[in-house]
Amino acid sequence: MPAHVPNAGWSRRDLLKRTGGLAALAALTAACGGNTGRPSSGGGGGSKPSLSQWYHQYGEAGTQQAAQKYAKAYTDANVTVQWTPGDYGTKLSSGLLSSKGPDVFESQLNIGMVKSNQVVALDDIIADVKDDFLPGDLATNTVDGKIYGIRMIIDPQVIYYRKSLLDKAGIKPPQTIDDLISAAKELTTNKVKGIFVGNDGGLALGSPALWAAGGDRLTKDHKPGFSGDGPVKMFGKLHELYASKSVLLGSPTDWTDPGAINQGLCAMQWIGMWAVPGMQKALGDDLGVIPFPALDASNKPAVYSGGWTQFVSAKSPNVDAAKKFVKWLWIDQAADQEDWSLSYGFHIPPRKSVAAKAAKLQSGVAADTVKLTQDYGHTDDPAWTPKMGTAFGDMLTNIIKKGADPAAEIANAEKTVNDELKRLFG
Amino acid sequence: MSSTVKTRTDPASSGERRGGRRQKGIKGNALWFWVFVGPFVIGLLVFSYLPIIWSLVLSFFEAYNTATPSKFVGLQNYVDMLTDQNFLSSLGTFTIFAVFIVPLTFVLSLALALLVNQVKIARAFFRSVFFLPTACSYVVASLIWKLSIFNGVRFGLANTILGWFGIDNIAWLSTVSPPWYWLPLVTVRLWLQLGFYMILFIAGLQRISPTLYEAAYVDGAKPGWQVFRYITLPQLRATSVAVLILNLIAAYQAFDEFYNLIGNVNYARPPLVYLYGISLGSIQDLGHGSAGALILAVIIMLVTLLQSRIFGFGKAGD
Repeated sequence: MPAHVPNAGWSRRDLLKRTGGLAALAALTAACGGNTGRPSSGGGGGSKPSLSQWYHQYGEAGTQQAAQKYAKAYTDANVTVQWTPGDYGTKLSSGLLSSKGPDVFESQLNIGMVKSNQVVALDDIIADVKDDFLPGDLATNTVDGKIYGIRMIIDPQVIYYRKSLLDKAGIKPPQTIDDLISAAKELTTNKVKGIFVGNDGGLALGSPALWAAGGDRLTKDHKPGFSGDGPVKMFGKLHELYASKSVLLGSPTDWTDPGAINQGLCAMQWIGMWAVPGMQKALGDDLGVIPFPALDASNKPAVYSGGWTQFVSAKSPNVDAAKKFVKWLWIDQAADQEDWSLSYGFHIPPRKSVAAKAAKLQSGVAADTVKLTQDYGHTDDPAWTPKMGTAFGDMLTNIIKKGADPAAEIANAEKTVNDELKRLFG
Repeated sequence: MSSTVKTRTDPASSGERRGGRRQKGIKGNALWFWVFVGPFVIGLLVFSYLPIIWSLVLSFFEAYNTATPSKFVGLQNYVDMLTDQNFLSSLGTFTIFAVFIVPLTFVLSLALALLVNQVKIARAFFRSVFFLPTACSYVVASLIWKLSIFNGVRFGLANTILGWFGIDNIAWLSTVSPPWYWLPLVTVRLWLQLGFYMILFIAGLQRISPTLYEAAYVDGAKPGWQVFRYITLPQLRATSVAVLILNLIAAYQAFDEFYNLIGNVNYARPPLVYLYGISLGSIQDLGHGSAGALILAVIIMLVTLLQSRIFGFGKAGD
């Protein structure tokens, strides 16, 4: 190459070497990066902090756009919404291990998150409105007297049924577990199964069944609370229900989706109140609701008062900004909270003042569900960790699907739960 | 001028120059080798070897909800995992799966290879048809199996066919007694991997010299079973051993079809699903998870070595 030509020192080979090296370096750098959901350059918002807010994928149409709308309306930070289809729990768990995770995220609290310093206490932002939250919703987010999350929605899980099918069979809404088993059998035909409680045969029923038999996952003084005659008998009844051949199994959609009852595959379905709009659209007024029935007259029925809670990651580089955003969205913006709870699926707004004004919860099956939740609702105990949950689920699988002896299975699960309690509480 | 002549006629000088050029060429090649291979080597170190080393470190520590070791526990995590009934049961699930999948894949892929290799017309077409499922994602295939073919309601393909014969719907993925879930689990993997092993066998078949067959016929061997038994099968020994080893390792690594078809349930939970649940799922117990993963890695290595030893893989002459 002549000396007067620019880049005289670069041969074709040199050029290739240098660009090849740069490309390789760029590829490696890109591979080492990660999409945290935060704007890459601060979002062009000058000195405003950038926040990443993580959601799981809600089934109801319009929820993602609503979350983005709220984030956009916030002016004190650039908030980016990361919407996660599929296994949100695993993605969140991995995200919380590093500073590349979310600043603000929805989840359910367990004591492990507090002990490993994954979440920050939010007592300061909830202090003024604490009384406007239900005691159970505060308790489920409290560890050692500190509140770590702000409840976003309450999702009661109950049994919805087709009124017309029960009327046709001359059956009254079941009051006890034996009634439920009989009703499921009577409602089963060659086209329609009596009840759908999930393709796993009813693992979601485990805790409500336990409460409806007078037990609990953990006692107040942190001991296993699921042994004794009541739970043994109740878990045996869950197997009886499963073995009665009146339970729908292998549905294309699982219990969290109203597809099975909407398509006429079952007469009753265990599901959350979130699906009420979808069920009403398909079934009209042909919809009734019952809690999980009691073991017998000496026990109370139960409703699992589930839901989602907003947390601030302790690894966030902008903890204060994240707390300010959480307060703005989930404490100050009453209109957005009502919109989030009731414009897409149906959920109960956790703020009592917001729930009281929610017109969509004042009538019909939604109002009935709210009443049942007030009367029989149970929230999660934050001392109940995922490891305990796995042992409990394995116990239920063995009892329900394999017909194993409930007392022996309970003893096995208790061992794991005791080990975990010993690790956590000494 | 004279120097030019010298250069042209002096073999030593000429050789030195060529040698110099060759040396430069080798250096250039080495540089290009690292330009292209380097990033992948770095990737391998950063994303494979470093995590393995980190996993080894974590396996000696308590590490709940954190990837940073918090409390040294020595070999306790290994003891816990080796006495954990769920982990041992997951190895049992693997064994059942391997008992189904390894021989079936071997026999069916060999049969397919023999059939496709004998086809006179459109051989490439048939090879492609059977190989194509290999390109399909395990997740996608599992969802098709779960939602369309083996769902438990009346409009699932399998139940529709049973319905023609008056047989009631079967909840394929939910019934543990009888354990029908093995049928979707095994068939989806067969569909996905038969083509790959068929191609390996076809390659093996094409390496067999036709003179061996001619000699066999001259010696009176009958086409069909005799030729297959005494010529084809022995000649495929190396390929067969490779197929068996790859198959067994792949069976140990079963995850996608189990996770997507039946989830994390204790009656059919292979080791990777169990370890995934402990480490990366909601439990986030990276100490025990790492210990379990390393135990599994050691088991796979030992079984592979044992299998190679038994079948004589890599012997001279293979």
